[in-house]
Amino acid sequence: MMAVTSGPSLRRPVADTGPVAAAFIVFVAAWKLVVVLGRLPVFILPAPEQVATRFVTAWTDGTMAPHAWTTVVEVALGFAVGAVAGVVAGYGLARSPALERVLSPYLVAAQAVPILALAPLLAVWFGPGLLAKVVICGLIVFFPVAVATMVGIRSVDRGLLELARSLRATRRRILVDVEIPGALPSILGGLRVGVTLAVVGAIVGEWAGADKGLGVLINLARGSLFDIPLLFATLVTIALLGIACYALVVLAERRFVGLR
Amino acid sequence: MTAPSSDLVANDLTVEFPAATRDAPPTVALDGLSLRVAGGEIVALIGPNGCGKSTFLRAAAGLLRPQRGVITLGGDTIAGPDPRIGLVFQEPRLLPWRSVAANVAWPLELAGWDQERVVARVDELLDLVDLRDAAELRPVQLSGGMRQRAAIARALALAPEVLLLDEPFSALDALTRERFNLELLGLQARTGSTAVVVTHSIPEAILLADRVIVLTPRPGRVAAEIRIDAPRPRSLATLDGAIVSEAAAAIRRHLEVPERAA
Repeated sequence: MMAVTSGPSLRRPVADTGPVAAAFIVFVAAWKLVVVLGRLPVFILPAPEQVATRFVTAWTDGTMAPHAWTTVVEVALGFAVGAVAGVVAGYGLARSPALERVLSPYLVAAQAVPILALAPLLAVWFGPGLLAKVVICGLIVFFPVAVATMVGIRSVDRGLLELARSLRATRRRILVDVEIPGALPSILGGLRVGVTLAVVGAIVGEWAGADKGLGVLINLARGSLFDIPLLFATLVTIALLGIACYALVVLAERRFVGLR
Repeated sequence: MTAPSSDLVANDLTVEFPAATRDAPPTVALDGLSLRVAGGEIVALIGPNGCGKSTFLRAAAGLLRPQRGVITLGGDTIAGPDPRIGLVFQEPRLLPWRSVAANVAWPLELAGWDQERVVARVDELLDLVDLRDAAELRPVQLSGGMRQRAAIARALALAPEVLLLDEPFSALDALTRERFNLELLGLQARTGSTAVVVTHSIPEAILLADRVIVLTPRPGRVAAEIRIDAPRPRSLATLDGAIVSEAAAAIRRHLEVPERAA
């Protein structure tokens, strides 16, 4: 346990390690039990220790790293593009009801079409390289961030806005001093959702056409390599990537919204 | 001791708010309100709910434009928020993500003061409202009274000639409220600013004001002006004097007449 001295929440670890470790042990034990009791062959469900071994070898023999790195770059760029576009659009929608009325049907329609259905089309348009994945990631991140920003900006205390006006604050100072900090908890909530979707977006984009990335490695492990433990090791890597991204957003939240 | 200030004058002030539906007539909040507050004077505005007291303060603070009539300060028309006027709202309205000191510093930053002058002025203001020890705390860590004190310090930051207060202590308990009213009188004596206080409380109006202006129910007009001749500095004992009970009776009479008519 860390000693908590001053702020109530700033120094708390992201999750208490004790219960998390216990839950993990239970999960692995149940997995092993299913494999043993069901007498499942490796190509249906490999045992946890087989996956763990394959995970380590895949990382040490250089199988995993290049694919993981490709996916990390796609996620980082796609998330950045989608998040920035989402915040800007969300602000515009919040400030202009006319804009919201005109654009929201298209936004909702774009969100309602599954990214899985759009991905092949986007792969045709933007090619097999990084660009298509960034576009797919960006699209999937955009919507939750835009909606969260719109809601956040709209819910900024009107009293504070009136105060700002009475102090003759410029539009820019109102944005920087009142609207952004006021909407920040909501925006960060949208980013939490968005960052996990960014990982999904990257994998879907890779399936639609790529020569590198964790999504590609899953296809290889299932197909030509027929290495099911590697497939599971890749799934573990993807999950860890998602958790790491999410933890980064939560840390940012602690840093910026910590004490209110 | 008294800083040179000038009169705040409202002339034939009319403010209407558009109705919710197209057919309904607009709500007339103020209808030809005229009043004059002399420089350095403390005036209390009292009246029934919805009589336009707050509307008057917002118009005087330049936050809303009257349909007719003008408000002037020292002869200049108030056409928008004015640094010579400080506004204290009913709620403290502190930025929750800023410390007390940073909240008090905000008007100075917005006015483009350099960092060194801001720090010096904030120190002075926190001393004035006795919040020096709370400078680095966030608003959530303060009591309701401390928050409102911070809000007053913020309103005084640019040394306004006129302080407009919209039921500033209505959220506080009765005892704290009396103490804060006396503190407010002390502050006003030191800064020499003109003050207009909106209140619901007759004793509060009498304790604070040189003159109590009673407004009619909506649309607001001046129903009566009652001069409070109690000497200064005032204390809670002031409220026991004969002048005061006479004034209170007069205020009550004017407050109650329209209700009987309705």
